[in-house]
Amino acid sequence: MTDTHGAVPFHPNVRTALDNPQIRGNFRRAMDGLMDKRRLAFDDWELDKLRTLGSAVRLNALHHLPELLEQLDTRCRANGIQVHWARDGDEACALITDICRRRNARSVIKGKSMVSEEMELNHHLEQADIEALESDLGEYIVQMAEETPSHIIMPAIHKNTREISDLMHDKTGTEPSLDARYLTASARAQLRERFMNADVGISGVNFAVADSGTLCLVENEGNGRLTTTVPPCHIAVTGIEKVVPSLDDVAPLLALLTRSATGQPITTYFNMISGPRQPDEQDGPEEVHLVLVDNGRSEVYQDEELAETLKCIRCGACMNHCPVYTRVGGHAYGTTYPGPIGKILMPQLMGLDQTPDFPSASSLCGACGEVCPVRIPIPQLLVRLRQESVDGDSLHPAHVKGHGVKRGRLEPWIWRGWAWMHRSPALYRLGTALAARFRRLTPSRLGGWTDYRRAPRPAATTLHQAIKARRTHRRPS
Amino acid sequence: MSSTAKADILARLRQRTHTSPPPERDFSVLEARQWTPAERIERFRQHLESVQGEVIRTTESELNQAILDRLSRSHVRRLLLGRNSPFQAGLAAAKSGDLELHVYDQPIETWQSELFNEIEAALTTTLGGIAETGSLILWPTPDEPRLMSLVPPMHLAVLRVDQLHDTLLQVVREQRWSQGMPTNALLISGPSKTADIEQTLVFGAHGPRELVVFLVDESGSGA
Repeated sequence: MTDTHGAVPFHPNVRTALDNPQIRGNFRRAMDGLMDKRRLAFDDWELDKLRTLGSAVRLNALHHLPELLEQLDTRCRANGIQVHWARDGDEACALITDICRRRNARSVIKGKSMVSEEMELNHHLEQADIEALESDLGEYIVQMAEETPSHIIMPAIHKNTREISDLMHDKTGTEPSLDARYLTASARAQLRERFMNADVGISGVNFAVADSGTLCLVENEGNGRLTTTVPPCHIAVTGIEKVVPSLDDVAPLLALLTRSATGQPITTYFNMISGPRQPDEQDGPEEVHLVLVDNGRSEVYQDEELAETLKCIRCGACMNHCPVYTRVGGHAYGTTYPGPIGKILMPQLMGLDQTPDFPSASSLCGACGEVCPVRIPIPQLLVRLRQESVDGDSLHPAHVKGHGVKRGRLEPWIWRGWAWMHRSPALYRLGTALAARFRRLTPSRLGGWTDYRRAPRPAATTLHQAIKARRTHRRPS
Repeated sequence: MSSTAKADILARLRQRTHTSPPPERDFSVLEARQWTPAERIERFRQHLESVQGEVIRTTESELNQAILDRLSRSHVRRLLLGRNSPFQAGLAAAKSGDLELHVYDQPIETWQSELFNEIEAALTTTLGGIAETGSLILWPTPDEPRLMSLVPPMHLAVLRVDQLHDTLLQVVREQRWSQGMPTNALLISGPSKTADIEQTLVFGAHGPRELVVFLVDESGSGA
């Protein structure tokens, strides 16, 4: 997976994934199903208009991001929620560990949170001798297997029922079974005890509403509600980009999120939390904390074009529709967020030098941009990051962390020559005529290009010659 | 430390220069989603049933009997009610001997194990429903706490047809949710479910396995 010193070994990962028919089969089946379900879910909608609204809602929120974050902070505090800010993942982990220590917490139950994966929270808690147990079924399976999620919505999508049965048998003593109902019931029974005894519940946030100070969570299983209701302390952790002005803005985003993700008109639970338990209430956590995590987002925010990345509502539709993701699976990327969104987000968070293969791991087929519910121009951003990787040109100064990682010494001179040749008709004719004449001398090995393809060879006649010949031929004599 | 982090993050965000104002938000695509009362009921029912929710149409006068009949069909013996539940008197009068009515009138800490292990069903009111997605709106209160709709294996909820709305946007606007939210508000759309094991849909993940909605129609056109 990732290693903190070297770049993500994407190509070796891809090779391993492509050689594994099991992984390819699991992803192919799952992604085909998800694409169909999404299509059907938008059947009776004016989808283009809804996506335009979704995009406008996110752009408005991002436009006013600093003001909205301050308003969220003020409103949440007024509601009794304790608000914390963290510049990076380590700072957020330290804050959360401190809250747990102050409460003498030994055991933490977790709802699904991608930002907590991003900052490797479980690892930090473990080092502080605090046990963190994932309660979303997919995350629970992945945690037992000591793996990371391979999809942001369906973390255990890479495993089939038999593998999960074997895993649960080994780790928990569950009787082997290929019945998903039996396995689910077994996990439910095991986790019930843990919910009752957990000292702290940690969850993510799907939308943070500034004007009412409300944290919205989307889920199907009920583990998110148990996590945020049963333990005496709830800590919600979220990236700073998740804030929206009001509940009005949530309506279109929710309509887009669940349909884009899994083809459901809505999830079983839409949980809106606006404060801790009040003195007259019989249940709910006595303490609620909100941890706002930057972790590179304020840098992404600086560039108008790249900031579109922050519109993401984490539905996963781009990966479900990506021909690359479907073939290699989420683990090949070796980063928290895989697939098309990962390919534009991770280079900006980690640096292009850590993720040099990400912008080019795409055929630019455009499917991701076409299905994105908030119209993130993912293909356009991939091209932008390709320019950043080679330091672009004087019109497009590069500034993403680790830019220029792919700029060679020779290539800029080749392109300079290319541009020079194309500006002069005489030179162009001479160049193409020479290429046609000596076509057999062109190299047959061209680095990575010829690993899977034959090297292109110039045609025997130039385009100019061909057209000239055609005109002569057609002209009545 | 934390206040410095806040200042740092906000200062960095404020360094961004915006070259153009953001686009207008045109909500008409959501506002256009409106249905007649009959369509609303049908849509609500279809959506809820498509995720294994159960809808029982009844009238005010037949409600108690409908609840008791449904409970006896699942052999429920321990039913949880809210404090000051509008159903308590009626159910107590009409119930048969082997149904116990429990009332959620103490802090969860004093009876957590009983709630998690012994209560078989809970009956709650609702604040309304949403036809577009087949959702119930619940605002838990001190009388009807949050865990009632979450922990027992069966959740029964009473919804009056005149409280069925078109969309979430309509509800949020008409009821002015932005003016003040309860500590916890919920949309519930079916029994709890998961598809995390190879995309196989399973109902009854961590929440209730069954959700039964009693749709009460005062005009008596139900049943």
